[in-house]
Amino acid sequence: MEDFITFFSFQDPNIRYVVAGSILIAVSSAIVGCFTFLKKKALVGDAVAHSVLPGICLSFILTGTKNPIYIIIGAFVTGWISLILIDYITRFSKIKEDTAIGLILSVFFGIGVLLLTMIQHNGNASQTGLDSFLFGKAAALVGYDLLIFSIISIILLLAVILFFKEFTLISFDENFAKSIGFPVKRLELVLTTLTVLAVVTGIQAVGVVLMAAMLITPSAAAKFWTNKLNIMLILAAVFAAFSSISGAFISFTSPSMPTGPWIVMVISIIALTSFFFAPRHGILYNIIKQRSIKKRILHENILKLFYQLGERENDFNASRSIDNILEKRTIKLGALKPGLRHLTKQGFLSKNKNFWTLTTEGKTKGQRIVKLHRLWEVYLTKYLRIAPDHVHEDADNIEHFLTPELEKRLENLLNYPESDPHSSAIPYDQITS
Amino acid sequence: MIVNVENPVLEIHDLTVTYSRKPVLWGVDLTLPKGSLVGIIGPNGAGKSTLIKAAMDLIPKSSGWVEIFGEDLKKVRKKISYVPQRESVDWDFPASVRDVVVMGRYADIGLFKRPRKADYEAADYALKQVKLSEFSNRQISQLSGGQQQRVFLARALAQQADLYFMDEPFAGVDAATEKAIINILKQMSEQGKTVVVVHHDLQTVTKYFDWLVQLNTRLVASGPIEQVFTQELLQETYGGKLTLLSDVSTLMHTQQLPVRDKT
Repeated sequence: MEDFITFFSFQDPNIRYVVAGSILIAVSSAIVGCFTFLKKKALVGDAVAHSVLPGICLSFILTGTKNPIYIIIGAFVTGWISLILIDYITRFSKIKEDTAIGLILSVFFGIGVLLLTMIQHNGNASQTGLDSFLFGKAAALVGYDLLIFSIISIILLLAVILFFKEFTLISFDENFAKSIGFPVKRLELVLTTLTVLAVVTGIQAVGVVLMAAMLITPSAAAKFWTNKLNIMLILAAVFAAFSSISGAFISFTSPSMPTGPWIVMVISIIALTSFFFAPRHGILYNIIKQRSIKKRILHENILKLFYQLGERENDFNASRSIDNILEKRTIKLGALKPGLRHLTKQGFLSKNKNFWTLTTEGKTKGQRIVKLHRLWEVYLTKYLRIAPDHVHEDADNIEHFLTPELEKRLENLLNYPESDPHSSAIPYDQITS
Repeated sequence: MIVNVENPVLEIHDLTVTYSRKPVLWGVDLTLPKGSLVGIIGPNGAGKSTLIKAAMDLIPKSSGWVEIFGEDLKKVRKKISYVPQRESVDWDFPASVRDVVVMGRYADIGLFKRPRKADYEAADYALKQVKLSEFSNRQISQLSGGQQQRVFLARALAQQADLYFMDEPFAGVDAATEKAIINILKQMSEQGKTVVVVHHDLQTVTKYFDWLVQLNTRLVASGPIEQVFTQELLQETYGGKLTLLSDVSTLMHTQQLPVRDKT
């Protein structure tokens, strides 16, 4: 708790800088990542992230310092080379893009780890901390480093704002963009450069291994919540900022903890939560929706049964027990009982001890379902030429989904037939018929 | 049978296009008259889409050139509109109907500038023409296939071009949409605009178009509909590939042979 207060009061300028810096980095890579995600280049981002490691090591070997400018230049160069190679391999050989990405990613990362091990074993004291590029170390984000990384992040953000319209167009419809004479190749070059830059800056906070998550996960999570691009960008930024604060905080309370994995953990939890709970796109929403449809079908089926029983005995006002209902059609008791209870509560049935009776409204509703069922059967036999003994199951389903508008069209199209293919009379409303 | 015209809107000369050295269009020479409603027909893989993509310079040509309004494409791009196949984009993209239609104005707006009020009004007018006004703020992921196609048409209308290339605008749309689209295309052609449509349905060819192009890797026919929509030419277009020609193109693909001798 004490840590929490120290951290979030931001009294310590160091904490202030570290937090501000890592938020800026995370937000800029999430924003650039939105377009990488929309262009379906997520894997390319991963390849670049892994490919910057040899560049970092090489620039250290060549200059002997950890000056961020040299590191960034080195990382940028090998990141770009990896992209060019992927492009080259896909274009001029039979190897497909996914294979090329896997190939380049592992080869570059392998070389990077090799170089890193070499550096660590040659006894150079200034190399300590170079391995933090593997998993990130936000706590090291102070002074000169912070300045450089922040400047790049701000450049990234400004570039996306400047190119917003152009990036949107080439992400949505590249051919159209070409057809109106937009310099698509050059715009893609800019976007790719921004992606590489985002990766290069992000590694300070998250490390090369997990950088792709920082690029892609915020936008993937944001996409669940909205269908508007600008809101998606804002949400991705908020998610990224939140996870990087969390990561920096954890790294602050226990300095032995690497920042990167924690940031990625938090953003992944946000993504998973979105996956399950987001309205419209989330899994939970779909489950709830499916269940409510199932319930509605059950209720309509019960009313239909009451109506059919009434039709058979020519008495719609008779009271019926559960056994009476089940004799006509088997419905699981576990579903039937709550169904009856619900319909009684809603006023479609009235209950007297263990007997239920249709109310006027219940009868109307049941009659409509029966009507739709039989009309649909007529439609199927007449227009789709399906045999009369095959239409029942389909009608049993469709009867629940026909909207009043479709109902009207069906009636007009078939011109109010008197009976269905099984010669059961079709019950019309007194007013419409 | 290839009918050529004076002062063509579109002139294609000796066009050959290859995909990894396999020719999909072979030596196409073609002219189209102004104000015509042109249908391009041919079997699957005949190079119909490739023809309009090559005309728009979206794919590299192995040989030949294209002139539009008697000029190089680069000079007249603003007067041409291209409607890609509906399936060529991801309709799950986060954008509204209006966002997509206003893209038709981007060439006019230019790089780095935001759409102006006039551009949105042009987009709204185009939406009105395709009867999608009430869908203006709807997300494109919620549209039916026919509505998506009308969004693309509206974007093309917003371009206010003189020549339109449309890649299968009738694919996967309902009958009502098809009727609405063809009516708009006919109006455009009456206003002197040239509309070139990649088409699939032979039943409707005579009803829809006044000029017909028949392709099967090579150009089989191009001319006024009543002259080229004949049993014989259709037979030639659809009656199987020329065996020798397709064997040679397979050879070029497997041996990676050059399409034109450049020595």
